[in-house]
Amino acid sequence: MAAEGQEKMWDKEVEGHRTYEDIRIFTDEQLHNYTEEELKEFKIKHDIPMLEELEKGPWPSFVSDLKREALHRRKLGQENLQGPVECCEDLLGQLELSYIDKETHWKHGGIIGVFGYGGGVIGRYSDQQEKFPAIWAFHTLRINQPASKFYNTDYLRGLMDICEYRGSGVTNMHGSTGDTVFLGAVTEQLEPIFFDLTHDLGVDLGGSGSNLRTPSCCIGKARCEWAMIDTQDMCYEMTMYYQDELHRPAFPYKFKFKFDGCPNCCVASIARADMSYIGTWKDEIRIDQEAVRAYVAGEIPPNGGAFRDRDWGPFDIQKEVIDLCPAQCMEWDGKELKIDNKECVRCMHCIAVMPRALRPGVDTGLSILFGAKAPILEGAQMSLVGIPFMYTEKPYDNIKAIVEKVWDWWMEEGKNRERLGELIQRWGLWRFVTEILEIPPAPQMVKEPRSNPYIYWKEEEVPGGWKRDIKEFRKRHPR
Amino acid sequence: MSKGKYGYYDPEKPLENRITDIGPPHYWQFFPPIIRRNYGKWLYHEILEPGILMHVSETGEKVYTVRVGGARLMTAEHIREICDIADKYCDGYVRWTTRNCVEFITDSEEKARELKKDLESRKFPAGSYKFPVGGTGCSITNIVHTQGWIHCHTPATDASGVVKSVMDELFDYFKSMTLPAKLRVSLACCLNMCGAVHCSDIAILGYHRKPPMIDDEVISKVCEIPLVVAACPLGAIRPVTLEDGTKTVRVNEQRCMFCGNCYTMCMATPLADKEGDGIVILAGGKISNRKSGPKFSKVVVDYLPNNPPRWPEVTKTIRKIVEVYAKHARKYERLGEWAERIGWERFFELCEIPFTWHLLDDYRLAYDTYRTTTQFKYTDHVWKIAEAVGGLKK
Ligand code: HEM
Ligand code: HEM
Ligand code: SF4
Ligand code: SF4
Ligand code: SF4
Ligand code: SF4
Repeated sequence: MAAEGQEKMWDKEVEGHRTYEDIRIFTDEQLHNYTEEELKEFKIKHDIPMLEELEKGPWPSFVSDLKREALHRRKLGQENLQGPVECCEDLLGQLELSYIDKETHWKHGGIIGVFGYGGGVIGRYSDQQEKFPAIWAFHTLRINQPASKFYNTDYLRGLMDICEYRGSGVTNMHGSTGDTVFLGAVTEQLEPIFFDLTHDLGVDLGGSGSNLRTPSCCIGKARCEWAMIDTQDMCYEMTMYYQDELHRPAFPYKFKFKFDGCPNCCVASIARADMSYIGTWKDEIRIDQEAVRAYVAGEIPPNGGAFRDRDWGPFDIQKEVIDLCPAQCMEWDGKELKIDNKECVRCMHCIAVMPRALRPGVDTGLSILFGAKAPILEGAQMSLVGIPFMYTEKPYDNIKAIVEKVWDWWMEEGKNRERLGELIQRWGLWRFVTEILEIPPAPQMVKEPRSNPYIYWKEEEVPGGWKRDIKEFRKRHPR
Repeated sequence: MSKGKYGYYDPEKPLENRITDIGPPHYWQFFPPIIRRNYGKWLYHEILEPGILMHVSETGEKVYTVRVGGARLMTAEHIREICDIADKYCDGYVRWTTRNCVEFITDSEEKARELKKDLESRKFPAGSYKFPVGGTGCSITNIVHTQGWIHCHTPATDASGVVKSVMDELFDYFKSMTLPAKLRVSLACCLNMCGAVHCSDIAILGYHRKPPMIDDEVISKVCEIPLVVAACPLGAIRPVTLEDGTKTVRVNEQRCMFCGNCYTMCMATPLADKEGDGIVILAGGKISNRKSGPKFSKVVVDYLPNNPPRWPEVTKTIRKIVEVYAKHARKYERLGEWAERIGWERFFELCEIPFTWHLLDDYRLAYDTYRTTTQFKYTDHVWKIAEAVGGLKK
């Protein structure tokens, strides 16, 4: 969908697409308003000796980066900015103070947002407002990132102009959940930023609070030979379809969707998503025996060259593939590689070692796992297998049906701040599977069968039910 | 775009011309043409040198990607420089990875190498690289991390500063592919773990060590006391009424494990503290299903102090773990797989990490981590126990 008429707004391949020139705020002179010399000489208004230690060493220094933004803002001057000129300087100043005090100087809380949305903006205030007035309010906006985080520079430059003009010029690329994050807007600029984002850039806020968090996906079919579902398309469709759930918190707590094209889990769905969608295959691993022999002969580096910088000796297919297969379902007779596919657990190891010889099958679908979360409150959980395999097709109606069953239950029964995984634990996996998902239980859902026999039975499962007559019992068994 | 204080927005009529629920821009607009042409057609990939990937399509086209480390916190100026580079070499397209690296995608190998040279020549005035190239294959990529003191209200440590210090220390492992497998480092500055560090090869976790202070004066005004009480996963908080009638709460300090959840719910229960706060190191987690299933990271160091600006104790400990792992693990073995093969007792011995009582789990399901077999290895830990019970001499 996207905003009507704006679906192709940034598409350079489409005639009449938008460019940075159509929306820019700053002129070229304003963008290039300082020299390298000036930057070298530049001192921010606070002494930050400890932070300056962090300018040394090879890894990109966020301190050096903030300094150049600080200089750029100074030279732009307040007349060219809606956010405070000195916010980067005060941000560094306050961080230096935290380095001395070893405590944060951000105040707790402050409910804030744009009109009609419950999420997307997170309030932040300094507790040292007199010392650092330019960051007295320094709110976060989460902006829904494009799937797989591809950008074109016209759009990105536009984003940066808003961020600099109305905010602080500081971003997180990206937040852990995936959003493009603007750090540091003052309260009165939140609505104007939202207007510019939606009107000029065609982008919306992401999720925060007790709602659907911004869904995210791996790079998938865009540049990965292993993607077995169209992660971008699923991510986009589900994000669009559930806009209301994303923007207006009505859940007990956060809920995350993440889409991984294969069991390698590059977006960590299995560790972070309440519903993890993971592409997989059902038929046989495709083998190019010729290429296998080329690997064995040392003609192709194993694992796509991932081991290039160290001498591990010649490639040994027995040791490095056959013996490491967790299912022990592979054989190599010196000429031909055999895989007993019905025993394969689709771990991706052999495929990753020999990407030119082995490929996942062609009959692909996905697994859905449920309930991952970080430790707060009841301890960390990884997603558990709920739906081992299913096909789906755009618009993914069969998946949406599952989502809605899960949400109905969780919204009804979930306690405040109880993630899905915790509710599954509290109610029991069996209930989740048989009563909520309404699917048959399967050994794929467990690592091993239970070792305690404290088994629940329902009254209707036992012949004669639970009501019995003690008098009848006493007739057979006198006191 | 709009200019002036309110721009398009009219505070008098906030609903006028409002656009909502449009979602993200469609991803297809942002794909370089070569990516569009080969969408879903990729055959295989190869890493040509650290930081340069080649993907080959069934159409015969090849795409070259140069991967660059980033600090995650990036300014508009930094991103504009990224745009300049993307305009010059990549027709104006660029992408970010899940681990906050930047990827420049080109259609020729020469361009990729030229690009790499250009990227590596760009430095900040104080000397750090702006765009170090690396992070592919058996290397350490960017450290995924959270906000820390720079922008969050609950951290027990900083994020950006610790990450900068650790990445400086591990830089060679970012630039080269010498490890037995991928190694993923993550940081979260408090137990909330926005950074999802609970499944990383090495996790750096900010941790508080003091129970909350209760701000009796304001608590009943700014918080719902039943919510605060309910927030504690250990049931350590109870409501009380003071002699002067003030309604507030008290914490059973023996029970508190400093999770900060009460503070998350209520600003009148702060727990951050200069001496109390510090860093826990976890190790051995993974996310992918490759070979072994995903694993949680395990706590291996119970506490290291916050020592800004360089956190020397933290960087030293992590370097040691990485070096020992690099030396001992087998090809393809992730850190957790290696530790499991040699046994965690050997891990502690080789990494020279003391095993303290804090590492004996005492939370729910702790029993799952206890050893119930006589299959263990002899390390010095055993002789210390034997000695303590008078059992060292025959
Ligand atoms: C009102 C409460 C909360 C807020 C405002 C909040 C905010 C956030 C934010 C801002 C992110 C990163 C998203 C991004 O920047 O893109 C995030 C990620 C995360 N949060 Fe929360 N969070 C909250 C509660 C919690 C709690 C209680 C937990 C622990 C159970 C938690 C665990 C995580 C985890 C594990 C991630 C990263 C994993 C992922 O990206 O999926 N959060 N949260
Ligand atoms: C239930 C209580 C909360 C929890 C558990 C929580 C947790 C989190 C988490 C996990 C993140 C992720 C940071 C990242 O990945 O970068 C985060 C970010 C953030 N939180 Fe909270 N938070 C809570 C409440 C709040 C509140 C009340 C505020 C402010 C009013 C707030 C403001 C922020 C901000 C500004 C960020 C930064 C987002 C970003 O830039 O990524 N949080 N919080
Ligand atoms: S999860 Fe699989 S399909 Fe997706 S990018 Fe990673 S390896 Fe490729
Ligand atoms: S994918 Fe994994 S389980 Fe399947 S054959 Fe390959 S190594 Fe074995
Ligand atoms: S991990 Fe904790 S301290 Fe760090 S950003 Fe998340 S909530 Fe804030
Ligand atoms: S810090 Fe955690 S354990 Fe301690 S009182 Fe607060 S909620 Fe309870």
